[in-house]
Amino acid sequence: MRRLFPALALSLGLTLALAAGPAGALEVEDQIRIGPDTPQATLHILSTTDIAAARPMLDGWLARNPDLAVDYVVASANEIHQAITAERLPFDLVISSAMDLQLKLANDGHALPQDVDEAAGALPHWARWRDLVFGFALEPVVIVASASAFDAENLPRTRRDLITALRDDPDRFRGRIGTYDPAQSGAGYLFATQDASFGNTFWRLAEVMGRLDARLYCCSGDMIDDLASDRLLVAYNVVGSYAQVSTQAGSGLIIIAPEDFTLLLIRTALVPTTAERPDLGAAFLGYLLSPAGQAAMETTPGMAPVLGAAQGLPSSARAIRLDPGLLANLDRVRKSAFLGEWTAAMTQP
Amino acid sequence: MTADLPEMRGRPGRVALTGSLRRNLVLQFLALAAVVAVALFFAVRVTADRAAEAAQDAVLGAATAALSEGLRAEDDGLDLDLPPTIFSMLSAMGEDRVFYRVDIGSRTVTGYDDLPLPTAPPQGALPVYYDGRYLDTPIRLAAVTRGMLVDGRQAQALFVLGQTRFGQRAIADSIARRAALLGIGFFLLAVPLSLLAARAILGPVGRVTEAVARRGPLDLRPVNQSVPRELGPLIGALNGFILRLRGAHARTETFITEAAHHIRTPLSTVRTEAEIALRQSQEEPTRARLRNVIRSVEESSRSAGQLLEHALVLYRTDRVERSSMDLAAVVAGLVESFRPTADLREIALRLGPDLPAAPVVGDRLMIETALRNILDNAIKYSAADGTVEIALTLCDGRAVVAVCDRGRGLGGAKLADLATRFRRGGNVTDVVGSGLGLTIVTEVAEASGGAFTLTPREGGGTCAVFSLPLR
Amino acid sequence: MRYLLVEDTADLARSVQDLLRLNGHGVDWAASLGEARDCLGAASYDLILLDISLPDGDGRRFLADLRRQGNATPVIMMTARSAVADRVDALDGGADDYLTKPFELAELEARARAVLRRRGGAAQTVRRYGDLIFDPLTATVTILGEARELRNRELRLFEILLEAPDRIFSKDQLCDRLFSFAESVTDNAIEVYVGRLRRKLDGSTARIETVRGLGYRLTGA
Repeated sequence: MRRLFPALALSLGLTLALAAGPAGALEVEDQIRIGPDTPQATLHILSTTDIAAARPMLDGWLARNPDLAVDYVVASANEIHQAITAERLPFDLVISSAMDLQLKLANDGHALPQDVDEAAGALPHWARWRDLVFGFALEPVVIVASASAFDAENLPRTRRDLITALRDDPDRFRGRIGTYDPAQSGAGYLFATQDASFGNTFWRLAEVMGRLDARLYCCSGDMIDDLASDRLLVAYNVVGSYAQVSTQAGSGLIIIAPEDFTLLLIRTALVPTTAERPDLGAAFLGYLLSPAGQAAMETTPGMAPVLGAAQGLPSSARAIRLDPGLLANLDRVRKSAFLGEWTAAMTQP
Repeated sequence: MTADLPEMRGRPGRVALTGSLRRNLVLQFLALAAVVAVALFFAVRVTADRAAEAAQDAVLGAATAALSEGLRAEDDGLDLDLPPTIFSMLSAMGEDRVFYRVDIGSRTVTGYDDLPLPTAPPQGALPVYYDGRYLDTPIRLAAVTRGMLVDGRQAQALFVLGQTRFGQRAIADSIARRAALLGIGFFLLAVPLSLLAARAILGPVGRVTEAVARRGPLDLRPVNQSVPRELGPLIGALNGFILRLRGAHARTETFITEAAHHIRTPLSTVRTEAEIALRQSQEEPTRARLRNVIRSVEESSRSAGQLLEHALVLYRTDRVERSSMDLAAVVAGLVESFRPTADLREIALRLGPDLPAAPVVGDRLMIETALRNILDNAIKYSAADGTVEIALTLCDGRAVVAVCDRGRGLGGAKLADLATRFRRGGNVTDVVGSGLGLTIVTEVAEASGGAFTLTPREGGGTCAVFSLPLR
Repeated sequence: MRYLLVEDTADLARSVQDLLRLNGHGVDWAASLGEARDCLGAASYDLILLDISLPDGDGRRFLADLRRQGNATPVIMMTARSAVADRVDALDGGADDYLTKPFELAELEARARAVLRRRGGAAQTVRRYGDLIFDPLTATVTILGEARELRNRELRLFEILLEAPDRIFSKDQLCDRLFSFAESVTDNAIEVYVGRLRRKLDGSTARIETVRGLGYRLTGA
């Protein structure tokens, strides 16, 4: 369900349409407007999180602010970066799981400093950057497998196990392994570079997946869909929230958190400099970091509240640090080199 | 003499006090301390700023060098090994924004292509540091160059790394706060120290003041307190003044005694000569003249005596020389010395049956002068064959001397009037007197903390009551 | 009585000397302490009249030396200076009494008598006239073995009359010597004292005669 943003914007309101400009090319994946018909004000959120996962926090906030409405637009991380830096669309809050792009937005001066120390003070230092970018939820990056893919006792517990399993039975898995396409997906690229930074296992896995004609996806949702429809047996690097939603009701899918290391993705929020109502964005951010907001995270499948995150996480968990080191990911020379290497691994004869 | 004395009496004149040495000292100490504190603050701050900048520059330079080493020319193009740690380490405090740029030749191959360049290209791997503005934020930049082979040609690669200085600012601010606290602490410490120092410095002045103030009224010894060198001239001047005062004091007393001597001695001669002449003369007119002469001499000598006594009393009032004495003994001695005088006129002096011991403190000379004048008055105004009764009683913590006569009384006049200098009762023109006697008594009573009253006596005559506080 | 007058003011000394002689006293005059020492070495005196300030020293020091040497001659100090201060000093220094200049001869005599009385008297003061014995020191007349005490003015009146028996003293003369010049007295005041003295002399051969229009005289030796 993809529509062009300007068409929608015209129907939503003049402000948004005008700000979007004639060249506006935001590719909207999904959109919802919640709240009273004649709200005092409307909070515009641009997010990578799909509506289902975002609903608890949106509803929680609106319950506290019954006079307000929320306009929630879902787009890809790259689209969001473009919308804020190039098109300067007037959103009041940007929520994204693409930590590197969020950090770059802030580094390049597109985020407004926030005085949310009261709530953010408790944040682990790796989950916030200055007073600009704030992590509010943790999500493990996991392997999702069909229950039929492995014997129950031979369930791979590490990447090395997975490589062995794939090598041992290539025919069974050929064409039925899925993962993010780092060239297409910002999140996929982030996961791949983080994986690579932990050692050579990732590249061996890439080679194995390349030999087995792995399918590449833009989004976690699509991978889950194909798993559910049995087109895939194993999906590598799936964002936890999607996996958990779809494995809830005995769908026959298994979530594997690799024991060598499990990446933890931090969902972050920032108030862009383009905001028309930065106060509303800040208020929503404050809510996300408040105990009530964090409780909403807890009830959202696959998400862990970031406050108090240190305890209760497996020792294999490796949170992706929210610091300027992420900028290295986005270097175009480095990226093209990395993607070249990736392509080489995937297209091996 | 008497006219001048009142000017000499009384409290020392009001001294115009301008400012306070102690306050000035404390203020100057504090001003000095404030200057030192501010200087301390800036010195610490500047040094800390420089140190923080140097440290941050070192990190920035190392990161730039690391950046330059990550670029390699490969067959299929450039490879930039850009470890995230380069940026992570710049952001050691997690606070700074990071920008970078890699140029080969004049082409920007990666990073922020509008990042400011150094004015002069750096020579080799030694970083050049400079300040710039980027995205409306002041930043610190480092640049290095490296020669490398690109597509078979030698090219110069320029690596620029910039960062905001929030971290450094935070460090500097924190140090500045500490420096400010240090300065304030220094200043606060200086407050009690200044007070102590001022007290210590002014201590000798206080000690000298105390030593001088503690002195008795006639203590005119030079001050021999040991004092700091700076106070030497002051003490010298004070001692000089004391010496002069001692001289003046001595001269005043000598003057009064000498004046008495010089007035009375010739009067004595005149009186004696006149008495002899009276004896030898048989002519009544001459005798009458001689009697007049003797009367006049008597009057003059009495007046002179009282004037001088009055002067002495006024003079001593300022410097009462206190000693303890038994008023009973004084009264008894005085009565004894007056007895022959009274006998001559067949006036009986009756001293109260039992005199209680009456210890008092005062200037003995002044007290005797007062009592002499009272007795002299009582005898003078008593009729021949009369009786003067003298009593000493203790009452309410006071020794009370009452001298009562059967003389002609006060004639309705009040003591306040009679005690006025040179004022005499309206009914005594026929008796020799200067009118100073009661004034002297009243003044002595005032100076000694005592009291004097003159009241008509029942059945005729007068009672003079002079009282002093018991010790 | 024999006086030693120590006084440096010559005029004053001479007139005091004359006056005392007029009253029948013997007087030696010393103008300095040195002379006084010479006089005391050569004769003995009933009384010393001692001035305080003398050209060759302080009278008080001289007195102290005298007392230390065991000379107990009665001393009356004379001062022309502060009456009170000198009195205290003089009495403390061993003087028997003091006088402030100028003084009345009567007062000097009275004080001298008082001093001598206190000291136990000089031997040759008692005088006889007719059948009465007169002791001016004790102020008594003894007639036929009966001692009669004279009051002060009676005593002085008797002394004056006794200076020159049979000589007529006018009322004025008597008044001048009997009363202080500061007092105001009436003429008949003298008659009162003459009357009193006559009564004291009752029964004696000595008597006071009234010489009408002239005065009184003592007769009956």
